[in-house]
Amino acid sequence: MSQRKHLPSIHVPHHKNTAACETVTMPIPDEVSISMSQNIGAPCQPLVEKGDYVKVGQRIGDVQAFVSAPIFSSVSGTVKSIDKVRGSMGGFETHIVIETDKKQEVSEEVQIPVVNSFEDFVKAARDSGMVGLGGASFPTHVKLNPKNLDECEYLVVNAAECEPFITTDNREMVENGQDVLDGMKLIMKWLNLKKGFIGVETNKPDAIANLKRLIEQNEIKDIEIVPLPSSYPKGAERVLVYEVTGKTMNAGVLPAQLGVILDNVSTIGVMAEYFKTGMPIVRRRVTVDGDVVTEPKNVYVPIGTRIADVVEFCGGYKKEPRKIIMGGPMMGRATKSDESPTMKNTSAILCFSQEMAEVKEETACLNCQRCHTACPFGLMPSIFADAYEAKDVDKLNRFNVMQCMECGSCSYTCPARRPLALTNKLAKMMVKEASK
Amino acid sequence: MRCSQRTLRVPCVAASVLFEYLFNAIVHKKQTVGDLSAALTGLLIAFNVPASFPLWQAIIGCLFAIVVVKGLFGGIGKNFSNPAITARIFLFISFSANMSTWPLTRLAESTDAVTGPTPLALYAEGSTDQIPGLMQLLLGFHGGSTGEVCALALLIGGIYLIARKVISPVIPCAFIGTVFVFGLIATGSVYWALFHVLSGGVMLGAFFMATDYVTSPKLPLGQLIFGIGCGIITMSIRLFGSYPEGVSFSILLMNICTPLINNLSYKFYLKEGGAKNGK
Repeated sequence: MSQRKHLPSIHVPHHKNTAACETVTMPIPDEVSISMSQNIGAPCQPLVEKGDYVKVGQRIGDVQAFVSAPIFSSVSGTVKSIDKVRGSMGGFETHIVIETDKKQEVSEEVQIPVVNSFEDFVKAARDSGMVGLGGASFPTHVKLNPKNLDECEYLVVNAAECEPFITTDNREMVENGQDVLDGMKLIMKWLNLKKGFIGVETNKPDAIANLKRLIEQNEIKDIEIVPLPSSYPKGAERVLVYEVTGKTMNAGVLPAQLGVILDNVSTIGVMAEYFKTGMPIVRRRVTVDGDVVTEPKNVYVPIGTRIADVVEFCGGYKKEPRKIIMGGPMMGRATKSDESPTMKNTSAILCFSQEMAEVKEETACLNCQRCHTACPFGLMPSIFADAYEAKDVDKLNRFNVMQCMECGSCSYTCPARRPLALTNKLAKMMVKEASK
Repeated sequence: MRCSQRTLRVPCVAASVLFEYLFNAIVHKKQTVGDLSAALTGLLIAFNVPASFPLWQAIIGCLFAIVVVKGLFGGIGKNFSNPAITARIFLFISFSANMSTWPLTRLAESTDAVTGPTPLALYAEGSTDQIPGLMQLLLGFHGGSTGEVCALALLIGGIYLIARKVISPVIPCAFIGTVFVFGLIATGSVYWALFHVLSGGVMLGAFFMATDYVTSPKLPLGQLIFGIGCGIITMSIRLFGSYPEGVSFSILLMNICTPLINNLSYKFYLKEGGAKNGK
């Protein structure tokens, strides 16, 4: 692909403190709490009841809907309760709480999938329980089964990892580079794609070197590494598609409509593991960092482990945490307590002190337009803020508020510390509400 | 009496901050003196008057800038025109005699005289033979308001602001470029075109006053129109008007046009599909 003009981006300190930390496996906690809402789309229904004995890899949640992914037990033990819990988005979620026996007995259901056709492949992808591990948690088998499969040409792997602190994708490429390439080859084979691209920011030299070495060793011709500038938000889906293929992707458009299959690098690596071992997603790599964590590291965490247990394994808190974020600091979500369990899309647990979490007072907008120049899509967040305040839906539409992907570059850049990404989000909700 | 600028600068800054504090206190608004914008307004007012200007009149200018131009329109971020520029025009109209009496610089080779006309006043009178050379103008060895005499210092400051990305180069380049081109066409000589660029308030206005975020257009296209407009109005007043200098009027008039320019530039921005990915 030819060198393209890059979209506007901002420079956020990288804080990739754990980039060189090899992933360690944490001991099985006494109890896990597995949410039934771990993907975009329909939440799962529990398939087990209180008192049931479950094994590792056993399917404990599933639903008939197309946009959904099954959920598997990450431990062996007894189902203690099935609770309705208020989730981080405010709605209620079903959580299956399992008391572990720490034997980690593997379920008989865990079997290497037999794939003879495209349909088998998509079914296996669903049976792996994979969702986008980067954070969006979109079911992977849906992405691999687009309506216009014939028109799809490229596989784009998102390995940008532009969020500060998080290093899980980096470690996936360093530790499991072969799995990543195998996963890519599988997808390209069954979906009949011409070429694969790995978009990776240049601040991950170890990962790039490892993948380059493997590509040379295996003499792979149809996979190319695309180095991206190390600036935020190069890993946003629409930005990445443009930077790698030069295709313009507007909001509401799926990558497949542009002939691109796009997946996160960890998703592909972990899925390749499933095709080799038959073990669906029951654990994931999590970056634990932040100024109050005693020993920041990358940890393999059984899904459903409570944050407190993970931090405990990392030496506990140095100081009282004020804010705990699941995911990156730019787009991640603050949790209500460290009792919240980890999920498939928990790429990082970041714990910050009062000083780090403090939000300084907002001052008046001076119209400097730094938000506009920072926006990758050239939107005008200051106009959205005015129009939102005036409840001017027409103006919001005219200035394309729906194109906003809520990356937070505007909020980050604003010298008046206005919460512009939040206003954009509220403005988008207002527009959606009005169009009903 | 030869006046020191310090006697104006410090009280103007202090008075502006005090007026802002009092205004916010009286109308029960959140205190904004901490952002130092009032201090900047005071400093710019002191820079925009002759060094010999009476202090009490300068303080009235500060009151006008802070209370009438800024405070009454909603405070910082809401004013429609640059407070310092508007105050300068207010003072110019109210106290015209004091506003056009310029102390000579220490380096001027005069014997007894303590005041003298600015180069632009000489130009307007037609006494072109008395106008100092371009190098003199660049270095500031002539009469004028404190903030406008030394074009070189202003240029360095402006380039610093552009390099630090505090201001965008569009408005200063368009403003100064238009003054130069207009001067070149009108006088037919590069020398006189450069004279217009280096004398008067062009440098101060282009880099430090027209670029005020609040009162200038949001998009680069609008900023280009704004800068060109400033240049055209400045030169029209200088060459065809009755005042020798027109920078402050040009900025004020273009400030007033800013909402219109914004609307015009939005049209192009939206037609381009500007807000779409991969613009």
